[in-house]
Amino acid sequence: MKISIMAMISQLSGGMIGTIGIFFATLLFSLPLGLLVAFGRMSKIKIIQWIAKVYISIMRGTPLMLQLMVVYFGPYYIFKIQISASYRLGAVLIAFAINYAAYFAEIYRGGIESMPVGQYEAAGLLGYSKGQTFFRIIFPQVIKRILPSVTNEVITLVKDTSLAFAIAYAEMFTTAKQIASAQTSIIPLMAAGIFYYIFNLVVAVVMESLEKKLNYYK
Amino acid sequence: MSLLEINHIKKSFDGVEVLKDISLKVNEGEVLAIIGPSGSGKSTLLRCATDLEIPDGGEIHYKGRFGLVFQNFNLFPHFSVMKNITDAPLKVQKRGKEEVLKEARALLKKMGLEDKENAYPYQLSGGQQQRVSIARALAMNPQILFFDEPTSALDPELTGEILKVIKDLASENMTMVIVTHEMNFAKHVADHIIFMDKGVIAEQGTPEEVFSSDNTRMKEFLGKLSKEQ
Repeated sequence: MKISIMAMISQLSGGMIGTIGIFFATLLFSLPLGLLVAFGRMSKIKIIQWIAKVYISIMRGTPLMLQLMVVYFGPYYIFKIQISASYRLGAVLIAFAINYAAYFAEIYRGGIESMPVGQYEAAGLLGYSKGQTFFRIIFPQVIKRILPSVTNEVITLVKDTSLAFAIAYAEMFTTAKQIASAQTSIIPLMAAGIFYYIFNLVVAVVMESLEKKLNYYK
Repeated sequence: MSLLEINHIKKSFDGVEVLKDISLKVNEGEVLAIIGPSGSGKSTLLRCATDLEIPDGGEIHYKGRFGLVFQNFNLFPHFSVMKNITDAPLKVQKRGKEEVLKEARALLKKMGLEDKENAYPYQLSGGQQQRVSIARALAMNPQILFFDEPTSALDPELTGEILKVIKDLASENMTMVIVTHEMNFAKHVADHIIFMDKGVIAEQGTPEEVFSSDNTRMKEFLGKLSKEQ
């Protein structure tokens, strides 16, 4: 049965919400987790440093699609735990959060290591504690330095959300593909393309205004 | 009363002895200038005295707080001038906001920067930045103020304004330890001069004593300097 374009759009809007949800939830979890991993990676304790290094290496060295499948099917294949369909969203969020945390960790590390030692020395002499030094002096400057790389990663994330297709989570791409094959129509895929593009335009505009906001100092 | 006492400190980097058994004393209200050729260990001595380096041996005793003015300022670029000066008194010393602001404004006025409190460091000249960093150090009410070559990163025409600020502080009896290349300045401001060479104190005394010393290394050093100028 052929359906109208309006009906297609209303079906696609469900997928749209799925995509937007994955996007924000991933950022919400992976940005703080990434900082934690970066601390681990820079830890003076060798074993922690090593664990963080291996973690980052695996997350960056294997396909996100495969990680999604491992997180989703792993509980059943390994432990014979019956997985329910409602675990799909959980699996998507876990896989995306731990994958993106690895990339963000390396971005944080690059930013933190680029800070001149004089900033730490000046803060130390003024009596700031380690925590104060990091969160009042170092981290705000790190954010400014890493923002362009973070923007890159966030734009990639918008497109990567379509990988949730691998475990049939109903985000934009999964929904569009289903409608496209049912209707033998290219329109849903085109609509999905336009959606991703506009989403990224918005991301670019938001990130640019954030960069401008941080331009009050050099 | 001595505010700082350094006893027999030693420091090596990768097996190279940079400080060999240095002892000194700084009394209240005294200005000590440390001079000497590059690589003589004077900066390392200052870094040990300010806890930025841990000496391999020896002891350091302080009375009260100390502050340090860096060669390259190390202001916090994301803070305004005012916040650079007030943040530590507010967040570290947890003093009252009104009192801290009032004191900061007085310091800015003293530094001739009363119109710059909302500026950011990048908008200031090197000399202005260094004056902010002096104000930042003074805002913590230190008993001793250390200076690590405070004019070395500045254009020659900006050196004077910093030296004048330090001179003014000296006339207010601020206790200071200044590592410097400015011989004339050391001669006129310091009460006591230490000449360092190859990790030891090669000569020390009042400016008159040190500058008229028969010490060959001291003479060589001054000779080189006057040839440069």
